[in-house]
Amino acid sequence: MIKINLPISEADIRKLKMGDEVSLNGIMLTGRDSAHTWLLNEKPTEARELLKGSVIYHCGPVVKKVGDEWHFVAAGPTTSIREEPYQGPVIKEYGIRGVMGKGGMGEKTLNALGEHGGVYLHAVGGAATLQAQAVKKVHGVLKLEEFGVPEAMWIIEVEDFQAVITMDSHGNSLHKEIKAASDKVANKLIGI
Amino acid sequence: MSFKLDVDRFRDAVTELIRKAATQLPADVTQAMETARDNEDEGSPAKSVLDYMLKNADAARENSTPICQDTGTLIFFVTIPEGVSLRKIESAITEAARLATKKSYLRPNAVDSVTGKNSGDNTGVMAPNYHYEEWDEPTIKVELMLKGGGCENVSDQYKLPDGRLKAGRDIDGVYKCIIDAINKAQGLGCAPGVAGIGIGGDRASGMVVAKKQLFRKLDDTNSDPELTKLENRLYTDLNKLGIGPMGFGGLTTVLGVKVGAAHRLPASFFVSLAYSCWADRRCAMHFTESEVSYD
Repeated sequence: MIKINLPISEADIRKLKMGDEVSLNGIMLTGRDSAHTWLLNEKPTEARELLKGSVIYHCGPVVKKVGDEWHFVAAGPTTSIREEPYQGPVIKEYGIRGVMGKGGMGEKTLNALGEHGGVYLHAVGGAATLQAQAVKKVHGVLKLEEFGVPEAMWIIEVEDFQAVITMDSHGNSLHKEIKAASDKVANKLIGI
Repeated sequence: MSFKLDVDRFRDAVTELIRKAATQLPADVTQAMETARDNEDEGSPAKSVLDYMLKNADAARENSTPICQDTGTLIFFVTIPEGVSLRKIESAITEAARLATKKSYLRPNAVDSVTGKNSGDNTGVMAPNYHYEEWDEPTIKVELMLKGGGCENVSDQYKLPDGRLKAGRDIDGVYKCIIDAINKAQGLGCAPGVAGIGIGGDRASGMVVAKKQLFRKLDDTNSDPELTKLENRLYTDLNKLGIGPMGFGGLTTVLGVKVGAAHRLPASFFVSLAYSCWADRRCAMHFTESEVSYD
């Protein structure tokens, strides 16, 4: 397990390789469909400093408010491929070093990770209780009113948030490799 | 003698059924996951991912919080004694879904398909979703499945014959469709999952047969020897695909394969796949006039 403290530098992110198991520590942001179009179209200033060198997490959490404080109750990853059209430009515009979600992403994102220096972190789907426990503090939230709870950008501080690097800055994608290998087996079994 | 339904007691029992389904991984699924973890190579991502899933299931049970934040579609299969009012059953279950959402056992997951508005309490048109049967027992049986969106999105339906797969209108054709569907799904349905398969029927009833298979315990045996053979063959071969937990590679791509069949039109031959993620959340309740038990 490799410990990562956020924000992270380009040099350090380029040391990470496909297959590495990592533990994230520090501040990152959640963001899914609405957040990505907002970041691209309106170039908001309030997210800029927070995203620089950090991770954007594809997650629509279950939250609860106790007094004035928000808490994460369940916070697993959502399917990342929906952000494929936006992810590359968002990475470059905001200097993001890590994209976290599930299912992996496509060629455009893989190329952006290579050019800019970044990784795709795969969190375990369906492990929402443990992942919420790794969220130690909710520092704030952007666009809550407009986007609603799942789509808002939550500013969270995590400790020992575990993930696997499945796409790195050297052009490697575990998803591509596994698919190529399983296609061969499947075709043989099917007889085509 | 007709069954006397105490609606309030029934509503509270269903609320507890929802809590159990959302927060407690069934024992047979836990067992299959443990076996899978022990089976994966030492130091592999597959092994550590399975271990993480199991730890999460423990934590969810202990804290009574959802195993997964996507608490899914609520699908109820209800079996009633003669004379019980379906309208009363439905209204009590709807109320239970509201209560369970308020208590954070469920994420609000019912979105109006036309306006895009979330109802906020898991109720709406065909939400929750019900199926009914009648039996001679003096008991209301309620089986609940929480079917997450990721695994529902990779579920599929084929029509035989299929030229691309060289699949004919027979059991071997069914086999080919399922190999193809699980390969296409890769890790997206949160593997290792359970394949519920419906052979035949029409497009709707075939999928209901497939969904019903997901209620079967993973270690049960199919009463039809022909289907048992198909289940075993698919289980062995799907696990040769190497997709593994979350699609990271590994020996475990599916935890189980369950097949059912329905009569079909001479002209139609559908193969329906209802795929469940590893967080295979299902629970059954037996409700009598004096007692309630969960399984």
